[in-house]
Amino acid sequence: MLSRTADNLYWLSRYVERAECLARILEVTQRLSTLPIATGATNEWESAVATAGCVHAFSEVYDEANEENVTEFLCFSTANPSSIRNCIEMARTNARAVRTALTVEMWDAINGTWLELKRFGNGPSSREEFMRFLRWVQESSLRFDGSAYRTMLRNDSYWFSRLGVFLERADNTARILDVKYHLLLPDKERVGGPLDYFQWAAILRSVSALTAYHWVYKENVQPWLIADLLILKDEMPRSLASCYVNIVENLDKIAKAYGRQGPAQRGARDIRTKLENSRVEEIFQEGLHEFIEDFILANHKLGSAVTEQYLM
Amino acid sequence: MQAAFDEMTGADGGVRPAYGELSRWLAEIPPDVLDYRRREAEVIFRRSGITFAVYGDAAAQERLIPFDVLPRIISAAEWSRLAVGLEQRMKALNLYIKDIYGKREILKAGHIPEDLIFQNPAFRPEMNGQKVPHDIYVHIAGIDVVRVDADDFYVLEDNARTPSGVSYMLENREIMLRLFPELFARHRVAPVERYPDELLATLKSVAPASASSDPTAVLLTPGVFNSAYYEHSFLADKLGIELVEGRDLFVKNESVFMRTTEGPKRVDVVYRRVDDDFLDPLAFRPDSTLGVPGLMSAYQAGNVTLANAVGTGVADDKAIYSYMPQIVKFYLGEEPLLKNVPTWRCREEEHLAYVLDHLEELVVKEVHGSGGYGMLIGPMADKATIATFRAKLRAQPKNFIAQPTLALSTCPTCVNEGVAPRHVDLRPFVLAGRDRIRIVPGGLTRVALSQGSLVVNSSQGGGTKDTWVLDR
Repeated sequence: MLSRTADNLYWLSRYVERAECLARILEVTQRLSTLPIATGATNEWESAVATAGCVHAFSEVYDEANEENVTEFLCFSTANPSSIRNCIEMARTNARAVRTALTVEMWDAINGTWLELKRFGNGPSSREEFMRFLRWVQESSLRFDGSAYRTMLRNDSYWFSRLGVFLERADNTARILDVKYHLLLPDKERVGGPLDYFQWAAILRSVSALTAYHWVYKENVQPWLIADLLILKDEMPRSLASCYVNIVENLDKIAKAYGRQGPAQRGARDIRTKLENSRVEEIFQEGLHEFIEDFILANHKLGSAVTEQYLM
Repeated sequence: MQAAFDEMTGADGGVRPAYGELSRWLAEIPPDVLDYRRREAEVIFRRSGITFAVYGDAAAQERLIPFDVLPRIISAAEWSRLAVGLEQRMKALNLYIKDIYGKREILKAGHIPEDLIFQNPAFRPEMNGQKVPHDIYVHIAGIDVVRVDADDFYVLEDNARTPSGVSYMLENREIMLRLFPELFARHRVAPVERYPDELLATLKSVAPASASSDPTAVLLTPGVFNSAYYEHSFLADKLGIELVEGRDLFVKNESVFMRTTEGPKRVDVVYRRVDDDFLDPLAFRPDSTLGVPGLMSAYQAGNVTLANAVGTGVADDKAIYSYMPQIVKFYLGEEPLLKNVPTWRCREEEHLAYVLDHLEELVVKEVHGSGGYGMLIGPMADKATIATFRAKLRAQPKNFIAQPTLALSTCPTCVNEGVAPRHVDLRPFVLAGRDRIRIVPGGLTRVALSQGSLVVNSSQGGGTKDTWVLDR
């Protein structure tokens, strides 16, 4: 297939996934911000900006990370290239460029979302409306993802589009962990009060894993098990391990179809092997923060390798 | 201007046979059905993203072409007469272009003034003596025809460069099948669905001799900002070929390749929807970013086929148009089956004098214009506009031709006030391949939606209709 087409499909999926992740982060932030604020507690809106990876861009426009500013910046701002609005715009632009590679259902999903986005104007008029908006973004992504899964031919178009989803998802899960890692560190002084519990639950909620956690561990929420679930458990769909099972699988299918392995395949396998061979205790010993930072970098490098090998 | 011929009620007010069922159906249905289906059609079109861009109108960057839900109906006998005429016209166009870039016999015989060719901006000296596969230059033509009575079809334009609109022919049919299954059941409508297959067969039949038995064809688009981009992507999809932009192709050793995820892939046929000027910055406009550097060299080496060929514009400007009857006779030795609209060439003194005297009743067009721009419709124009045109004509007579204002036929059309006659034209699509000429029974009917208007161009508020050719 055309390299440009593959590139458009890959980015189309990435942008849809990114919009969904932003909506998830904001939904959880909204929930946390309604809790009584304990002394020394972090500003939830600030950490939402950090998780979205745009602290610098944000501080150029706004002085204060409060609900209004962050909502505007992460959802509707045209100045923020990664705002939900821009993600949907970019996704639709990419989709339009590759109409021929999309199924009717996929096009309907993304074009319908883009048309509906106008309904929200420059922002919601109330908190209720804002929550509806966030649900809508997630449902739109589910609809797009579902139509891709159900209607696309299983060929390189599909594999490149899946690659986009999982590289983006891995990045997002890693970022959530990166911003909140301090909450997960074992701290003898802290007993795990109700506020901690809410914070931990919020992390799980942001990746739809609160129920899953209980199914997997059958015990109270413990910070190191959260790390275990989100990093190493490949049965957990948004975990780093699960993303890498999928990344390796899709890259292998591409390599098999084209009859050639390359740096992208090798790079992906290296990361998966590292995840497979890690144990959560060791990760904590060697530093959770460093581990996640290394992962984000490696994931980013893999993205570049995919681009060089196939998309240009 | 005489009263227009209505294709449903004819000259005498009695319903013509082809429209019998439609007319009965219209009388039977509750009045709100049409309005309801009209709104449904708009939703479907909007959802599927069938839009076009209007240049210079940022707000309407993606606009829907209004769609009229009432079909335009052509009887089997009318269609077969039209089809034979179109085939004749297509053959003549190809023979003429071959001659112009070859022996130039028609010029030597004095049928066409030489300066009309050599000073024509669409004439491409690069094509002199250039062989093209099977001597086919125009592979796809959109020949615009109009009617003024029950008997004759007049050709309005030959559109031999990169005619557009075929996606509307196909999409309009799809939407009609969804909206009016009961109306189809009452007619025998010839299908148009096979157009993409016919086009692909045409394109593959003209691949260079060096291509494999299964040649690779691509559709070259200027990109998403082009007004017809939707059509380009729609067609590539239906044809099952890659939709490429200039940057997806490159030329190496005088061959054309596309950049794919598996490395470079050889391309044999380029169905290009990019104008000559922008095809190759090394051969034509150096500032073009839409083209492929070196494409002309690969073309001249015979390693790739361009459809349509470079330089076909020398056949379809409005000054050459006036010579088409002679062109048909010269190459085929036959009388033209389709009529030409009588045309005054303002470059000729007597013609200019006549035109200046009769501006109020004539249509004046720019020789190189298209899309209904830069046109004067005398009977509709006010004094000031006519005066402006008079000055333009005096200053640059060569740039204009004039024609009588035709009373274009009308068809019943769904408008705000109900069903009313509106003027229409028709663009059937004619394909020329190595083996034969193919015409799918149908075409794009364009309709001027405002009462009395004769301008059907979509860029100026025209709409489209599904065109039904009855198969008996």
